[in-house]
Amino acid sequence: MASLVGSRVERKEDKRFLTGKGRYTSDINIANQTYAIFIRSPHARAKIKKIDTSKALKSSGVVDILTGEHIAQDKIGGLIAGWAIRSEDGSEMKCPANPPLAKDSVNFVGDPIAVVFAETLDEARAAAELVKVDYKVLKAVSNLGEAMNSEAIHDGIDKNLCYDWLLGDRQKTNEAFDKADKIIKLDIVNNRLIPNAMEPRACVIDYNTASEEITCYTTSQNPHLSRLIMSAFGGVAPENKLRVVAPDVGGGFGSKINLYNEEIVCSWASKKIERPIKWVAERTESFLTDTHGRDHITHAELAVTNDGKFLGFKNETIANLGAYARVFGTVTPTYLFGPCATGVYIMPAAYSNVKAVYTNTAPVDAYRGAGRPEATYTIERIVDKAAMELGMDPIEIRMKNFPTEFPFKQTLVHQIDSGDYVAGLNKAKEMADYDGFAVRKKESESKGKLRGIGVTSYFEACGIAPSPVVMMLGCGVGLWESAEVRFNPTGQVTVYTGSHSHGQSHQTTFAQIAADELGVPIENIDVVHGDTDKGTFGMGTYGSRSLTVGGIAIVNACKKIVNKGKRIAAKMLEASPDEIDFKNGEFVVAKSNKKKTIGEVAFASYLPGVRDEVKSPLPEGDEPGLIESSFFDPANFSFPAGSHICEVEIDPETGHVKLDKYTAVDDFGTIVNPLIVEGQVHGGLAQGIGQALYENAQYDDSGQLITASYMDYTMPRADDLPDFNLGFTCTKATTNPLGVKGCGEAGTIAATPTVMNAVINALGGKEISLPATAEKVWKACKEMKKSNAKAA
Amino acid sequence: MKTFNYHSAKDVKEASKLASSNSAFLAGGMTTIPSMKLGLASYKDIIDIKRIKKLTGIKVSGKTVTIGATTKHSEVASSKDVKKAIPSLAALAEGIGDPQVRNRGTIGGSIANNDPAADYPSACIALNATIHTNNRSIDAEKFFRGMFETCLKSTEVIETIEFSIPEKSSYQKLPNPASRYAIIGVYVAKHKTGINVGVTGAKSCVYNDKDLAGALTKNFSSSAIDSVKISSSGMNSDIHASSDYRANMVKAFTKKAVDAC
Repeated sequence: MASLVGSRVERKEDKRFLTGKGRYTSDINIANQTYAIFIRSPHARAKIKKIDTSKALKSSGVVDILTGEHIAQDKIGGLIAGWAIRSEDGSEMKCPANPPLAKDSVNFVGDPIAVVFAETLDEARAAAELVKVDYKVLKAVSNLGEAMNSEAIHDGIDKNLCYDWLLGDRQKTNEAFDKADKIIKLDIVNNRLIPNAMEPRACVIDYNTASEEITCYTTSQNPHLSRLIMSAFGGVAPENKLRVVAPDVGGGFGSKINLYNEEIVCSWASKKIERPIKWVAERTESFLTDTHGRDHITHAELAVTNDGKFLGFKNETIANLGAYARVFGTVTPTYLFGPCATGVYIMPAAYSNVKAVYTNTAPVDAYRGAGRPEATYTIERIVDKAAMELGMDPIEIRMKNFPTEFPFKQTLVHQIDSGDYVAGLNKAKEMADYDGFAVRKKESESKGKLRGIGVTSYFEACGIAPSPVVMMLGCGVGLWESAEVRFNPTGQVTVYTGSHSHGQSHQTTFAQIAADELGVPIENIDVVHGDTDKGTFGMGTYGSRSLTVGGIAIVNACKKIVNKGKRIAAKMLEASPDEIDFKNGEFVVAKSNKKKTIGEVAFASYLPGVRDEVKSPLPEGDEPGLIESSFFDPANFSFPAGSHICEVEIDPETGHVKLDKYTAVDDFGTIVNPLIVEGQVHGGLAQGIGQALYENAQYDDSGQLITASYMDYTMPRADDLPDFNLGFTCTKATTNPLGVKGCGEAGTIAATPTVMNAVINALGGKEISLPATAEKVWKACKEMKKSNAKAA
Repeated sequence: MKTFNYHSAKDVKEASKLASSNSAFLAGGMTTIPSMKLGLASYKDIIDIKRIKKLTGIKVSGKTVTIGATTKHSEVASSKDVKKAIPSLAALAEGIGDPQVRNRGTIGGSIANNDPAADYPSACIALNATIHTNNRSIDAEKFFRGMFETCLKSTEVIETIEFSIPEKSSYQKLPNPASRYAIIGVYVAKHKTGINVGVTGAKSCVYNDKDLAGALTKNFSSSAIDSVKISSSGMNSDIHASSDYRANMVKAFTKKAVDAC
């Protein structure tokens, strides 16, 4: 049987999704359900003086209205930060309480304060309009740059500062800077983004009054984690009385890692009102209350020699946490950001200093790439600036500073096990026809257009795991992953995984690896995920970890199956287990060539005895059945890397940027399914390009989100994008048996600096801020024209 | 959405009779329905005029193209007659919104709504349109009164829009990257009787830029407008485009339109 790993197997998910048979949370209806509408703060910062629900309670169809007072009475806990980050001075980070319904004060537009349950959605909506809330409006802190000099928005959190974190050695770095021929300085704003999953958040809660079990259907990237938090911190129900199901989920991009207010409130309330509850966010609620991403202000400095060698790097960043610290909120701008800020280079000395602050805006958390896009943007922009100031080619300066020996100890944290950065950049250079750029630039100029080329080389640390490491860095849980592989007596296999698929195609990829391990046709393998009652346990899907952690747990469970199968086959074939080889789904005694298929062995494992023609006594010490599980905790992160090159053409009359060519060469180690990996890269690129050219979440001075709809928030669209030119190199990961590295976030990480480097290249090195909108580019073109005229 | 009475009018007379200051005519519903869903608008009566056959269709005579009020954007975009008579008008229709919007939205709805960033009003200005209602005929220049404001009375139903066929014309737009409405849309049309430059998106209401038209009357070439000064005062300003940028883009897109004529 040919190996399925490496082949373009069509997605098992496609039939379901393409024929409208997906089953999302909002597709679920439970008899006698009520409908929830949340009442949210219209103010960015205010004290709640009084909530009057009397009129609303009398409104038609209203079942109940609950507020923060009820939550407090029932001692329901709030939302939490998942990582404890310490400041440079050793002090603990400062996090405000984040109750599921605000009782005393609200801290961003959209902060929920009460909830109406009614017989119909229209009735719930009508009643919600009758709830009267008396606020004392306070001056909002909505500007990140001014947050540390503004009034504290949470009691006891001076300067709105959560922590002032340092990674690296300031003194050593300063010494390196003293030796520099040139110091390159760069100030950047990493623009705030809204994840915009196609499916808005939703939950459907079913409380069984007899068994006292709560079932929570929800749009989550990690249902087990949601159950854990809801139980351990929310106190909603003990874990054994709480089932969390995340069925088909239409995209997460990090925004659905978090457990949100609405799931806690509805789960708790379902028990209180003894009715099922359905809540589905409207798009405006998604804009206002889904966790946002990025939002940094960074000053970076790079010390270089005249011939382009890097000596040291400094990164001073202010990161926006929004109103509250959430699950990955505190780690995203620190350990997921700081270490990667020195990029893919030998950097003798470096430090990253990050001050994370609170503002009256939606909570900021992981968004595809989480920290690594911000880091890569910083280093790849400053490296390009260095090349320009030194008069070097952007490829030459990168090549000059690449490590060539692996494992490579990266400056700040990571020990990178494998890679070949030179090969990746060379391949990208060739595929992009880098040398032909000058000719294309001339052609553009003859049409009155400006053409620019941009290069980025990146590495990233993903497959977020090793529990001992992440716990040392402050993580509140271990980040292993689990799997269980079950054979039926009749030979089909069900794989249970703790990873969650919300667009990653695990049903296909995981079936491919199980098919290879077990020698069972892929049609006979089903992958089950997303239900705490089904899978063993799971830490979920984020940080490009599904295959590198969850996938390997499946491989290891399969290996246990094969080992047990060998013992059973040996008994059946009257040989010793050492004499049995397992290949292509068959247990073979090498010397006699007698064999049993894995299906026969599975059947035998469930029929442990002798009767007529059935002769399958189990080996001594073995129990019946063929079911194995595994928890996998890798020795390290995985470190994908690559080089991307793009070209833009700018119309100086309008400032319109046309993305003309995009080449991406990535090293993801072993690729299980190229079709799916290419799709992941395409999607990642679109989001990275979105940050570079289109997307920008903006709040006004009073803390109102002024980009709260698709009329104002620009999403990248298919007709904005060129055909992507994709290539791959392969150095296998050494920390897992498949040699795989994560691929889900790479496109997003690399694309933003690649596009901006091209835009700035076209503008002759003139810096512009993210995103490169038409007006900004037009202004830059005008200034360029003026300064060129002066020079002439 | 608040409750309302739904009526399906069988003819224009009935539609007009049902109408009041607290009603809305419903054709494609591309603005009315979202506004109602968002709570920005509410009406006692919704009068559906889609079933009135007389209001739909395209007729081309020697000098004019007449389009029924409930004719959909997609029908104008794909009409062989329109493509032949005024290709820029078909192209404008093809660039409105997205396929879903073009398959529902109507020309009458668009001009009655008079969104300052809508495409069709600029065509009405540039192509010397006459808007025929159930009780009068109105010149386009008088029809559009201000932001979301026309001279229509609440009981008045647009029946057809009659466009003059120009010698040359082109519509060029800078779309808002998010909504794809016009940040700037410039419709240049050269008629035997004169030149019009219909500008949408720039100000609170569509207008005919007489300075640009004047310069083009002297010399119909893009270089002719180099010396025309366009003030940013009165121009819209938002997160996607400042008034200064808009003023400059009016000129840039007029040039594009002239070059494309």
